[in-house]
Amino acid sequence: MRVPMSWLAEQVDVPAGTTAEQVAADLVRVGLEEEGIHGGDITGPVVVGRVLTMQPEPQKNGKTINWCTVDVGPHGPDGTGEPRGIVCGAHNFAPGDLVVVSLPGAVLAGGFAIASRKTYGHVSDGMICSAAELGLGEDHDGIIVLTRLGHDAADLAPGQDALGLLGLAERTVEVNVTPDRGYCLSVRGVAREYSHSTGRAFVDPVADLAPGPSTGEGHPVLVQDDAPIRGRAGADRFVARTVRGIDPTAASPAWLTRRLTQAGMRPISLAVDVTNYVMLALGQPLHAYDLALLSGPVVVRRARPGEKLRTLDDVERPLHPEDLLITDNGTGEQASRVLGLAGVMGGADTEVTDATRDVLVEAAHFDAVSTGRTARRHRLPSEASKRFERGVDPQLAPAAAELAVRLLVEHGGGTADAAWTDLDHVAAPEPISLDPGFPARLVGVDYPTEQVVATLREIGCDVEEADGRLVVTPPSWRPDLTGAPELTEEVARLRGYDAIPERVPTPPPGGGLTDAQRTVRRVREHLASSGLVEVLSYPFVAPAAHDALELPADDARRRALRLANPLSDEQPEMRTNLLTPLLDTAVRNLGRGESDLAVFEGGLVVRPSPGTTSAGVPGTDARPSDAELAALDAAVPHQPRRLAAVLAGQAEPAGWQGPGRPVGWDDAVHVARQVASAAGAALTVTPDEHAPWHPGRCAALHVAGAGGDLVLVGHAGELHPRVLARLGLPARTCAVELDLDQVVAAGAGGVVTAQPLSRQPVAKEDLALVVPRSVPASAVEAALVMGAGDVLESIRLFDVYTGAQVGEGRKSLAYALRFRAPDRTLTAEEVQAARSGALRAAEAVGATLRT
Amino acid sequence: MSGQPHDAPDGTPTTAPSDGQPVAPLELTEEAVGAAVDAALAAAAEAGDLDALKQVRLAHAGDRSPLALANRSIGQLPGAEKAAAGKLVGQARGQVTKALTARQVELEAERDARILTEEAVDVTLPTERRAPGAAHPLTALMDRVSDVFVAMGWEVAEGPEVEAEWFNFDALNIGADHPARQMQDSFYVDPPEANLVLRTHTSPVQARSLLTRGVPVYVIAPGRTFRTDELDATHTPVFHQVEGLAVDEGLTMADLKGTLTHFAQAMFGDSVTTRLRPAFFPFTEPSAEVDLRCFVCAARTGVVDPACRTCGGTGWIEWGGCGMVNPRVLVACGVDPERYSGFAFGMGVERTLMFRNGVADMRDMVEGDVRFARQLGGIA
Repeated sequence: MRVPMSWLAEQVDVPAGTTAEQVAADLVRVGLEEEGIHGGDITGPVVVGRVLTMQPEPQKNGKTINWCTVDVGPHGPDGTGEPRGIVCGAHNFAPGDLVVVSLPGAVLAGGFAIASRKTYGHVSDGMICSAAELGLGEDHDGIIVLTRLGHDAADLAPGQDALGLLGLAERTVEVNVTPDRGYCLSVRGVAREYSHSTGRAFVDPVADLAPGPSTGEGHPVLVQDDAPIRGRAGADRFVARTVRGIDPTAASPAWLTRRLTQAGMRPISLAVDVTNYVMLALGQPLHAYDLALLSGPVVVRRARPGEKLRTLDDVERPLHPEDLLITDNGTGEQASRVLGLAGVMGGADTEVTDATRDVLVEAAHFDAVSTGRTARRHRLPSEASKRFERGVDPQLAPAAAELAVRLLVEHGGGTADAAWTDLDHVAAPEPISLDPGFPARLVGVDYPTEQVVATLREIGCDVEEADGRLVVTPPSWRPDLTGAPELTEEVARLRGYDAIPERVPTPPPGGGLTDAQRTVRRVREHLASSGLVEVLSYPFVAPAAHDALELPADDARRRALRLANPLSDEQPEMRTNLLTPLLDTAVRNLGRGESDLAVFEGGLVVRPSPGTTSAGVPGTDARPSDAELAALDAAVPHQPRRLAAVLAGQAEPAGWQGPGRPVGWDDAVHVARQVASAAGAALTVTPDEHAPWHPGRCAALHVAGAGGDLVLVGHAGELHPRVLARLGLPARTCAVELDLDQVVAAGAGGVVTAQPLSRQPVAKEDLALVVPRSVPASAVEAALVMGAGDVLESIRLFDVYTGAQVGEGRKSLAYALRFRAPDRTLTAEEVQAARSGALRAAEAVGATLRT
Repeated sequence: MSGQPHDAPDGTPTTAPSDGQPVAPLELTEEAVGAAVDAALAAAAEAGDLDALKQVRLAHAGDRSPLALANRSIGQLPGAEKAAAGKLVGQARGQVTKALTARQVELEAERDARILTEEAVDVTLPTERRAPGAAHPLTALMDRVSDVFVAMGWEVAEGPEVEAEWFNFDALNIGADHPARQMQDSFYVDPPEANLVLRTHTSPVQARSLLTRGVPVYVIAPGRTFRTDELDATHTPVFHQVEGLAVDEGLTMADLKGTLTHFAQAMFGDSVTTRLRPAFFPFTEPSAEVDLRCFVCAARTGVVDPACRTCGGTGWIEWGGCGMVNPRVLVACGVDPERYSGFAFGMGVERTLMFRNGVADMRDMVEGDVRFARQLGGIA
């Protein structure tokens, strides 16, 4: 909402010399946030000019420019009274017109400096201005012709300052109005808030706008709402006033068009400008009909199936049965012709035109929900619907119509009918019972009862005290005041949020982070300190990405949640796994020159169950029932926390310390081991084939589940070469992805019991074995551990060899074993027995001692 | 002294190996012995390294050195002279051994010092074998926020990102027709009958916490949120918020204000000042925006810079929204509003990071560029 300073000062006592910045600061204090301060930024000579001659000159580029001479009074070239020559590209004016001329030295909106310049073969000695060039709206094509803005030619002289004339010297404060403060979408509402903030006197413009009593039946109006939304009638107030005999050529007065442009609206015609002006001044949206085109009574009703309307923006819209309509007879029966969407937008049929002499002014109160739904359904957020949706004062209609009628009569020369219509079914506002101590208890400031009462009266409430409680009836313009908390906010904001003291509450003793939260944090720190960089990817995925990863047709990862309104139609799905978007992030980083990459991401993925259930929408008057909560739970898809990493290029690049080491499948598996270790979970690694991994270099990752069974939590290894080629990733890129929730659960809750440290000497034995290549090292190791018995302290694989010395299809595995007893030095015999036991067990899985 | 060569068992006179010439038997006179000692001391002093000293030792203290030979010849002296000669030679040999040992220590020290010098490295060489890793600054900052509140006794709550509309809107007093429902540009899940959205704020965690934890409750909920904004320098469709909720007996706006000031100071330093400004949110009443005194211009210089890019020339930085929990929210979550009151607040994590660490472009945070996390070292 844009409020020119002079307009504000008409409705509230603004002290002389107050700056726009000060006004904005005063308004912020009561909750009207500053959006900007406009105007006052054009400097230098901008004057009235009279176009003397106008010579059209077609140009090679197909455009026709006008070579004009313009009388600018004493501002002629070199201080003479001679006219200036100016080139102008627009054509909507004629010799004799009074226009606005920026002279060399002027600086227009946006810092545009005017100078004499050679163009199209002439020296253009200034500029004839459009509205846009003066910061008065978007209209670049139309040159401002002052008489069309309501300026009387007799009052204008070439050379006269035009900045003041157009209100450009004046500053305008723009504030952001929150949805609960519909009344502030008017100068009246902002003035009221300024008064609340500063204590300066509010001058209610409505006070002297009481219409005279109707002398009889006005234009017939019927409200026939047979389908109220939530039991609320679509219209509970409808005032209709008639003005006849308006001069169709009458223009809006200059002061009025100036205010409209300052407020950001475009002047159109007297009738339209007046309705817009009244809306800006008071907050009541109005509609003007050409009375001659109306037929029969105005009927407010809901749309019927199949009905359509061509709105003022020349779009034919199919109507919805919930749409509230303004209708008349047209050429048929009553209410058969649709004139407009009530409170949203009018139709073309009964629009006022430059032939309109008799006008019907509508000032109605339409239901917020109904108006809001219609505006959204038809994507028609109009100035009117914006106000109705946020709440218009239902008692404002007669005064607003009166102001419109007065302005039409004054400037259009018509006469108002003494008979007028007022359908009034407005319900009285519900009184609120307020404990006068409640605001103090909620805000923490000790507001005495008399202060609470005075504050509520200040904002227009009627307050009565009864039995130690206050009975508060909110004013008609405050539909948002529905309970004690809302009244409390009024007390708090008017008495100032600055007055609220500070106190830090003491919660009951907390448990700190949960084990799971601590573990997730430890995993992240672990990976970061071992050289991986955490990244965050967008979770939006293209279905084609599943094909790129060669996921099987029945893979659970293809069952994705779809968005109804994705940002991009190509990526309508939510990620079911982290790798899909993380691989894109890896590609982006590689494209930016990171040739060696180690990135990880932790986050939620969405795994919808087959078959959609509805979450339902429980009421809010009480805690939802257990069944309703269960339905909510069931409908919200499973969203496990996962963790993934992608490794590419060199794990350690070649450097002065030594040769480089490329990333290998084992680095990816090691990430999984680090995660498991940080979580305190035991990880089992077994060979697997799983897209998008290399079938011979893919490990399945398992942890022990609640029942002791192994639970598959993810995969790690080198990615499939075909997938890498398709995605543009380097050969041998490796990756891991696992379900972090399950890993965390597997490691949770267990407090590790400390084992005593043996101080006995250690015995070391090495064991080199040869096994078929198909035997996994983990099986050999498990056998050695089992066979070596209790005295085995640790085992480490220190060499893997394949080649001629061990024969085709075989590999050598060399282990270092450490033996130690808790209570004695092991004898040589004991160590040998343990070693032999280990060897025998290994032989059982196919190993032979390497000789 | 160990390692000292022993006399040859046969006592045969030998030549010193240094010159290969036979050594004339030493006269057992003070002069002759003194001369041998002098020669030995001079040779020891002249030995430039340990190898040279080894030769000197052989020549002057070895089995066939003059003094060793002299020592052996004592046995042939008449008994009366033996003692004096023994003393003379013994002292002489002691003197030589001492000198050799001293020189040995000296030369070893020199050698050790030389080796250490030779082994010197360029300690300024780069030491990392791989580029460093880092947590993302946004997660690091969320952890930090959690720590601030955990230290006050709060707990950290979580909620789903795909959320029931009831939790995201209805429970928070944002009914189907509430204008505020349109303030939030929501991603809806297909089909619409599922009544699911990508949560537009972390506030649904408020309702979830009230329903599952009961009261009193003090929780902070950092998390990921979604709105249908196109990515640009100041907007991203996927972003993060931290939500705070405290519901207890007797909580007031003063508790809210004190908590926020503490939070702001933990994020931006002890000198930061906050202000509450009336605002509107359906789930709080009274509601406020919390602003920070611009620490780029206003708070530092005392003067608002009209061209300040951080505060837009207003002197205040909008940080987040807050207010007292609307009793309708308490009722919808089964909490008695007659007995309990509470406050809630929500801040953008990206916004906080932008102000705190001077990040100018939102895209740096969300494109997954590893340089961003590395730059801030994972320390928010």
